[in-house]
Amino acid sequence: MPTYKAPVREFMFLYRNVLHVDRHSNLPAFAEAPLDLVEQILGEGAKFCENVLQPLNAVGDHEGCKRSPDGSVTTPTGFKDAYRQLVDGGWPALGADPVYGGQGLPHVVSLAWNEMVSSANMAFGMYPGLSHGAYEAIHHHGSDAQKDMYLPKLVTGEWTGTMNLTEPHCGTDLGLLRTKAVPQGDGSYKISGQKIFISAGEHDLAENIIHLVIARIEGAPAGTKGISLFIVPKFLVNADGSLGARNGVVCGKIEEKMGIHGNATCVMQYEDAVGHLIGEPNKGLAVMFVMMNEARLGVGLQGVAQAEGAYQAALAFAKDRRQGRSLTGPKEPDQPADSILVHPDVRRMLMDIKSVTEGGRAFLFWTALYGDLLHKSPDPAVREKAGDYMALMTPVLKGFLTDRGYANATNCQQIYGGHGYIEEWGMSQFVRDARIAQIYEGANGIQALDLVGRKLAANGGRAVFTFFNEIDAFIADNADDAQMKPFIDALTSSKAQLQDGTMWLMQNGMSNFDNAGAASHDYLHLFGLTALTYMWALMVKASFDGKKGKPDPFFDAKIAVGRHYIDRVLPDAAAHLAKLKTGAGTVMALPADAF
Amino acid sequence: MKVLVPVKRVLDYNLKVKVKSDQSGVDLSNLKMAMNPFCEIAVEEAVRLKEKGVVTEIVAVSIGPEQAQETIRTALAMGADRGILVKVDGDVEPLAVAKILKGIVEAESPQLVILGKQAIDDDANQTGQMLAALLGWPQGTFAFKIDVASDKVTVTREVDGGLQTVALNLPAIVTTDLRLNEPRYASLPNIMKAKKKPIDVKAAADYGVDTAPRLKVLKVTEPPKRQGGVKVKTVAELVDKLKNEAGVL
Ligand SMILES: Cc1cc2nc3c(=O)[nH]c(=O)nc-3n(C[C@H](O)[C@H](O)[C@H](O)COP(=O)(O)OP(=O)(O)OC[C@H]3O[C@@H](n4cnc5c(N)ncnc54)[C@H](O)[C@@H]3O)c2cc1C
Repeated sequence: MPTYKAPVREFMFLYRNVLHVDRHSNLPAFAEAPLDLVEQILGEGAKFCENVLQPLNAVGDHEGCKRSPDGSVTTPTGFKDAYRQLVDGGWPALGADPVYGGQGLPHVVSLAWNEMVSSANMAFGMYPGLSHGAYEAIHHHGSDAQKDMYLPKLVTGEWTGTMNLTEPHCGTDLGLLRTKAVPQGDGSYKISGQKIFISAGEHDLAENIIHLVIARIEGAPAGTKGISLFIVPKFLVNADGSLGARNGVVCGKIEEKMGIHGNATCVMQYEDAVGHLIGEPNKGLAVMFVMMNEARLGVGLQGVAQAEGAYQAALAFAKDRRQGRSLTGPKEPDQPADSILVHPDVRRMLMDIKSVTEGGRAFLFWTALYGDLLHKSPDPAVREKAGDYMALMTPVLKGFLTDRGYANATNCQQIYGGHGYIEEWGMSQFVRDARIAQIYEGANGIQALDLVGRKLAANGGRAVFTFFNEIDAFIADNADDAQMKPFIDALTSSKAQLQDGTMWLMQNGMSNFDNAGAASHDYLHLFGLTALTYMWALMVKASFDGKKGKPDPFFDAKIAVGRHYIDRVLPDAAAHLAKLKTGAGTVMALPADAF
Repeated sequence: MKVLVPVKRVLDYNLKVKVKSDQSGVDLSNLKMAMNPFCEIAVEEAVRLKEKGVVTEIVAVSIGPEQAQETIRTALAMGADRGILVKVDGDVEPLAVAKILKGIVEAESPQLVILGKQAIDDDANQTGQMLAALLGWPQGTFAFKIDVASDKVTVTREVDGGLQTVALNLPAIVTTDLRLNEPRYASLPNIMKAKKKPIDVKAAADYGVDTAPRLKVLKVTEPPKRQGGVKVKTVAELVDKLKNEAGVL
């Protein structure tokens, strides 16, 4: 069975050496979190994830959740107790607003905590994860009364939250939404309809569940312009905060699914359920979009987290498993065979996974820091850039890191050979769990469309040009650094490829939208690969600097892994560029009736 | 009642060390350090006594480098009230530690000192006993269970044959064994609060203690590699091997 050690050293390297998070210690939130304190927080959090959550990962996978005829749902053995420990430990409050009982730490710090939780037990982590999504929506758009009523208990974790978008006929295309909301004249609404695939929709972990539900108010326009967002608590909440009557919402079924068995995926039936509007009528999608960036970043994180968990297991196995001899002669002649770690093909997989996981983590943290600056910086120019980057990078993080995360989890399984295919070893769970991250929170194809259709062109391409300029400035600053040369060369050519692809899209995507649609997947991957080249350049530079202070094998390893990335992973970018430039061509060549 | 809990910064128990090539010791550079697990048990016990209302103040003490502050912070996050760091670089032997602790006890007048029975780095298992001797206090070592009544502490000890219970007059020294309790994970709010708890920084000289080592390490080596075992068919064969091959009978 896999075990897990949280990569706290990696997190601290990013904070201290690469992102220099302490530069922002003048800002609120950051002032509360000097890095030695952050290290202590993550160290303590790591123990919880390693010793409490991770041992329940396989249990959750085997047992799954169970629904009783009355609609109640039981989570796997141990989840309830672990959730109580999570709440007692105060962890759900980590990144929340101190006004509502939160600790107010920066998002870039919550991210490390979320990664640990997700690596240790992704299905469990989704319960507090969705609560945080509901918290964000109410915090950004709720009335003061709504905030006072719902936020404190979402922050402690005494209540959990959900997101109810999907309906049987309406997934990507939310305009098809049918769930209806009837005004009651007292400011409240009665919500009726069916939602499907609702994560954490019903469970036994908390005393109340705050559902956020999108629905169409009677008489509202069709399509996306008639969508409103409602708070629908499982138990109505009295004015004094105590729980009142059971609301008209039940879990009609839980889905049997490929992975994340420990998280209940529910069909939710709403029948005249009391709901309260958040924000303005018919502006529900705009409210959702505000939270979308962070939620999608969180799903990108799941890709990295699953790859990290699977990698740790695969590495331990590779050191332990003895098969064959090194091609260059036995490395441990006193043993009947060498460990499979000697085989170049096993190393190839390990290095590919390691370089993308570490680069991907850097990309997530780098972007999340902009997320913090967007909310906290007093400087409008910084906020503008931060907002641009958050918007532009989010679909890339979500799509690229979950595609790669799944592929990496599969390669970790490969390292186990036949044992990887046998449930007992736990590798298949990583693959099955990682798979969902490519699908939910906007399927990856939709991320690619969001990138080329919306994010690239926004404000005349300001975001992507700012990114190109930032890379150019880094290249210029480090042009004379001989040690950095391979990385600067790689960054120069990789940025040129991305620029080339961007220009191609601008020239060909507008005249024929199918060109943009057909190119979008490859463009997203080209973008992800380029962004990771920049991340590796930043990390390698930080490692050379770090080495000067104090020799440490950690820094040498970083430089070697970075080199692997540019030599063995980045070349994929050329293929993506070539493919995207063929546009709609062959993709749309066959007439529909020829299929 | 005031309790003093000494805590030691040691190599994280999950990690393996390598012997330095010059055999002068083990190589700790760049390795993750953490609180000695037996000290964690000591802190936990003190915090539980405080939660029961028996103890009013817990002072965590660490003797070591600047970074030992982090170890004190961990104790503060678990529930200790304040810290004292006695800054000493390099190795400090149990006797020097015991002498410094004696100085702190004299300054702080705790009724109880709870220490780990040993530290997992050099496994000396001496400091608590030495401190008891220097102070002339009773000691209850290898504690499995502790009960504090007004002027007495009853300690159930793990001994070779099973358990032994002793009653000690306070003030007293207790050292913890593995099964005394299971240390808690510090909660996030307590970690945040710990940041604001005071830590006094002192030097060994403040207690008039010379920490220069009195023992000389001649050589540190890896333990010999274990040889593969053999299966025996009968008890007689086993006895024969023990007598004639292993020479232990
Ligand atoms: C385990 C699980 C948990 C989930 N949790 C939640 C939850 O908590 N709350 C919630 O509301 N939903 C949840 N979902 C739903 C999830 O977000 C949707 O399944 C997802 O958004 C895709 O919608 P769909 O299944 O209807 O697929 P469809 O929209 O039917 O898409 C099918 C395929 O067509 C592609 N496609 C669709 N439209 C376009 C287009 N315009 N251009 C290009 N390609 C397109 C998609 O990329 C996809 O590959 C969950 C789903 C699962 C499986």
